[in-house]
Amino acid sequence: MDLKLGDYKTQVHNDWCPGCGDFGIVNAIQMSLAEMQIPRHKAAIFSGIGCSGKTSHFINVNGIHTLHGRVLTFAQGAKLANPDMTIIAAGGDGDGLGIGAGHFVAAGRRNLDITYLIFNNGVYGLTKGQASPTLKLGEKTKSLPSPNTNYNVNPIGLAIASGFTFVARSYAYDVRHLKDTITAAVRHKGLSFIDVLQPCPTYNDINTRDWYSGMDQADEITKMAKPRIYKLEESGYDPLVHYDTETELNEKLTQALIKSLEWDTKIPIGVFYKNEIISQYDRRLTDKIPNYLENPPASQIISTNGKSVTDISRILDSLSV
Amino acid sequence: MTLTDVSWLIGGPQGSGVESAANIFSRACAAMGYQIFGKREFHSNIKGDHSYFTVRVSDQIIRSNVNDVTIMMAFDAETIFRHYDEVIKNGAIVYDSDISETTLNETHTIDNQYRTRLLARLSLKKKPATIQGVLDIAKENGVKLYPISFKTVLSSLADEINNPKIKGMVRMYNVLGVSFSLGVLKMPPKTLLDSIDVIFSKKQAVADLNKKTATFAYNYAAAKFVDFEYTLKPTTKKQNTIMVQGYHGTALGKMACGCRFQPYYPITPASDESVFLESNELVDVIDNRPGSTLVVQTEDEIAAIGMTIGGALTGTRSATCTSGPGFSLMAEALGWAGINEVPIVITTYQRSGPSTGLPTRHGQDDLLSTIHAGHGEFPRIVYASGDVEESFYDTGRCFNYADVYQLPVIHMMDKFIGSSVVTCNKFDTEKITINRGKLLDKVDGNYQRFALTPDNISPRSKLGLENGVFWNTGDESDESGHITEDPELRIKMMDKRLGKLLHILKTIPDDEQAISYGKAEICVISWGSPKGPILDALQMLRKENVDIGFIQIKLLHPFPKDYVEFLLKDVKTIIDIEANHTGQLGELLKQNLERGPDFYIIKYTGRSMTSTEIYDSLKNIIQNKAQKRQVLTHGS
Repeated sequence: MDLKLGDYKTQVHNDWCPGCGDFGIVNAIQMSLAEMQIPRHKAAIFSGIGCSGKTSHFINVNGIHTLHGRVLTFAQGAKLANPDMTIIAAGGDGDGLGIGAGHFVAAGRRNLDITYLIFNNGVYGLTKGQASPTLKLGEKTKSLPSPNTNYNVNPIGLAIASGFTFVARSYAYDVRHLKDTITAAVRHKGLSFIDVLQPCPTYNDINTRDWYSGMDQADEITKMAKPRIYKLEESGYDPLVHYDTETELNEKLTQALIKSLEWDTKIPIGVFYKNEIISQYDRRLTDKIPNYLENPPASQIISTNGKSVTDISRILDSLSV
Repeated sequence: MTLTDVSWLIGGPQGSGVESAANIFSRACAAMGYQIFGKREFHSNIKGDHSYFTVRVSDQIIRSNVNDVTIMMAFDAETIFRHYDEVIKNGAIVYDSDISETTLNETHTIDNQYRTRLLARLSLKKKPATIQGVLDIAKENGVKLYPISFKTVLSSLADEINNPKIKGMVRMYNVLGVSFSLGVLKMPPKTLLDSIDVIFSKKQAVADLNKKTATFAYNYAAAKFVDFEYTLKPTTKKQNTIMVQGYHGTALGKMACGCRFQPYYPITPASDESVFLESNELVDVIDNRPGSTLVVQTEDEIAAIGMTIGGALTGTRSATCTSGPGFSLMAEALGWAGINEVPIVITTYQRSGPSTGLPTRHGQDDLLSTIHAGHGEFPRIVYASGDVEESFYDTGRCFNYADVYQLPVIHMMDKFIGSSVVTCNKFDTEKITINRGKLLDKVDGNYQRFALTPDNISPRSKLGLENGVFWNTGDESDESGHITEDPELRIKMMDKRLGKLLHILKTIPDDEQAISYGKAEICVISWGSPKGPILDALQMLRKENVDIGFIQIKLLHPFPKDYVEFLLKDVKTIIDIEANHTGQLGELLKQNLERGPDFYIIKYTGRSMTSTEIYDSLKNIIQNKAQKRQVLTHGS
């Protein structure tokens, strides 16, 4: 029986602010799961803390609402023990790039087959609008007492530098593009990252929906708004690493990094970088545990009738005197 | 029947092979049929600082080290400067005579504190600050000095076997030292040679050269030093004996009870366990394809516990292993596992804190912090093992507790157990039962992860189980796992989780809660590694017709108030023995029993307790000579 979009929605009351970009993200995740027809029990949404952390409660698949900054650690643990699961991790920019930045980097180095979405709005919403790691230096969103004194982190650049093998950006109000990006990310074999631009209507009065639409930068002749956001896939950009050579890799990494620095008047969304050559973590594991994928930790029989079936006699013999 | 009880000490710079020498020695003695209790002490350093190994060898059951050294093997100056006064009258110092002119001044690795103390002692005895000076004192104490020029022996050996290459081969010194020692002790050399074969099993040529060296050195010492009164004669061998490192108990326990996932972050003295698990990651399974223990080195301990929880949510028995500093980092996630009722096991090999403290030294100062780690109120189990053999079976219990009561279990070990080498009965997997509690294999109908039940434990789904979709959150939740802030639900959920504590005390059998080793008016209470030295000390006292009881408390949280109260009913004097400053078990006793210890025997030097010092302190108490609090100091 086909799973419908409605099957992926829970009845849990959604308490996000009216107009919040998060609604678009939840819809896109649900649409993507329905599109891929992933059985509900075989998918899990892991979320961090903050407004975005509530995401896991609104989607009708396993939902693990974890700790601030630690979402990737829980998600990777589950994936390692049961590689059959489709796992999507979701969290805010403060969660993933502030308190959780160490895990972000370490996850990149592992390259497990997980998809990670950062809801990037430049502020800590649930604690009333403090600056997040992605807010630009010198910017003053409305509840900041004074302009931001920190330089911003570049999520795309950090993901590329850390070893993520699928690095993309999308926009919360372009639900179709976001859905397509999520589907591509989930289908990618390896760790994928989506930097989701998500206006916070309550606390970020700079990067608003109107700002992304370019309402402030009207075309001089047509007097029409010049949207900031444009799609990489429509600009002839090729994110894929085609060959296993240093030159090719360096070229694609450099191109992605330079692209990620575009901001202000034009903001690219789409896939920045995609590498299918770097080995996935489970392949590194099967090199040492040949039957890891057929018999992963979660599938292993450890007892019959309450008795252990593990045989440690080989080791005990080596310890015998 | 004469008893054999010999303590052998070997010391040297870290990285010089002291550990492998001790390994060869211990294996040779164990194979001869002796019981072994060995302990390694080392600095937080990779190469150069002083490390030493004490191996006690006996034909009786032994569970501890003693203060006295029967025979010391030294091929570096620091070992002699540090340990010369531990050797007993009629004991021996076997040493490299090429170092006898070395001065204290040129022995740079000795720290200023010890240097000052030693200089004071030497000037009191009017001895020069040289090896010869301290050896003179030893000689006056009745210690036999057995000087051997290692260089000369190697050189004669080189001539005899016509292999000039080994003349200056310093790395042969370890095998030389062991062989000299066994020659002095007149232990038949067969097991020494077998032991070398086992240890160098992968390098036949190296094994052969070492065996030639060993035979030559053994014969040399046996012929030259004939007046040593301690000997290691052949003895009856006990069947089913294994010689294990301290971490083997929990590591093999984890394998045997089906722990298949262990993320960890490196930390002394805990990493040995994880490294062993990874080195043996392919697991044999009876009548089935092989399994595996997936060991993952994480970026920090926060990630280690996060991954462990993630693994446990898939139904996999999951654990991590750490020490105090790492455990402190895990505190927040511990609470998450508590509120979400996730069965995980954290094995913690304690060391001396606070902060980095004495990073390679022993301590039991984390009891109360472990019981209270994390904010908020949630149930957990804190369980402690007293020795390596116990820790194998306790590991199985800890995983059952975790599964049955659905909560985090902290299995407390310590550095003393972790870096000991002992002979014990072969671990018996047959004695391990596996109880997964209310873990579901299939789900029909509506599922609610935190359904309210009479015993406060809900049926547990796992990630990937059909119809078993569930939600977790670190927020308070309703029965389905979705966030709630409703005051009435809050009461129900808090009562559900914390209600498990009473259920635990009612359902864990008494003999798993605490062990009573005989009743008497005077009774020792303790937890963890002091068990061995206490039992040995009590045996020494029993020989003098002094009877003292001993209660080893294993379940430390929830505290087994009723059972301990019952065991202490007729006890007039309680003596608390533990390796920390404040007597933390004593505090628990006071909190739970409205009765505290009358005496404390405590140690916080970072060195483990010996049975000798416990014996001495207990005697002080019996003879009314003791202060309320006796602080032990033995060990350098």
